[in-house]
Amino acid sequence: MIVGERKPLEEIRAMLDPYRKILILGCGECVSVCMAGGEKEVGILASQLRMLYKRQGREVEIGEVTLIRQCDREYIEPHLDKIYQADVVLSMACGVGVQFVGEVAGEEVIVLPALNTKFYGVNLEAGMWAERCAGCGDCVLDKTAGICPIARCAKRLLNGPCGGSQGGRCEINPEVECAWQLIHERLKARGQLELLEEIVPAKNWKPSLSGGPRKVIREDLRL
Amino acid sequence: MGNFEPKIVGMFCHYCALAAQDVAGKGRMSFAPNIREVRVLCTGKIDVLHILKAMEDGADGVLIIGCKLGECYFREGNMRAFKRVDYARKLLDEIGIEGERVQMYEVPGPMGKRFADIITEMTEKIKSLGPSPLKKAAQEELMA
Repeated sequence: MIVGERKPLEEIRAMLDPYRKILILGCGECVSVCMAGGEKEVGILASQLRMLYKRQGREVEIGEVTLIRQCDREYIEPHLDKIYQADVVLSMACGVGVQFVGEVAGEEVIVLPALNTKFYGVNLEAGMWAERCAGCGDCVLDKTAGICPIARCAKRLLNGPCGGSQGGRCEINPEVECAWQLIHERLKARGQLELLEEIVPAKNWKPSLSGGPRKVIREDLRL
Repeated sequence: MGNFEPKIVGMFCHYCALAAQDVAGKGRMSFAPNIREVRVLCTGKIDVLHILKAMEDGADGVLIIGCKLGECYFREGNMRAFKRVDYARKLLDEIGIEGERVQMYEVPGPMGKRFADIITEMTEKIKSLGPSPLKKAAQEELMA
């Protein structure tokens, strides 16, 4: 899932300062699962803001809506009325949702982000999420025992580990596991260590962001 | 505000707090009458949003009473509630409402006296903090 984290309230408050009619727009997908921008988080932020404005003696109207997802036009469109009635939409989706609600609603609609979008990750345990994929566009997991050196090695090495790997930990932070140590251990357990003898050439970063914004087109699905 | 009588929402665990309340009642113990009570099957059911809504809707404080740590009927509901209380306090502090208006205590079922003391203690605490800043703001607006 895409993992997000709510921005500090002070930052959100400052962004919303000029507006009197706010629609807080949650997203029912990834950010609901990572407890950052779903229905409950919309409720919490709305409650906090209502109390804050009441304290400040400001009259601000706050609406709450949580869509099934903000990255699909058909889920945004039924709520366009509410979107148009607001001075500003505070999207609690990932950066994709923030942009797409703006695209669908039209350029006059101001959509602001309530979250910082962090990474593609897993739910390691209750209340803990960790990065697993960097969306590089050219998956190498077949060569690396299913452990991604792009997302999980600080240097994104394809022929690791480096000299900073100490006792299975990365030199950047003793809490970070060395991805290449993990790869080595897993290949050893599988009896596939010979896979590491292949020198992987420099990665082509064009399928990643170096090639500009990416697009996937499936002609068979297009209308 | 000399005669300020706080409104406190009490979120009480069915298995311990309400048993302790019964013991206090049967023992004819008196305690402050400032609590509006909500029974929950376990304090683990209480969400941050419940606490915020109570404050938003006019409570001066929220009092949560659960089982003793390690004695939760549902094993760890009260531990979760403690963490949520901490989070709710942080959210309230962020908007300038004293987080200490939300308190959580552990009271085993037989301890009626402890229950009665906590109610009075909490009431005094909220009295010393004064009315919720939201009410103060509303009143100032009215006076203006």
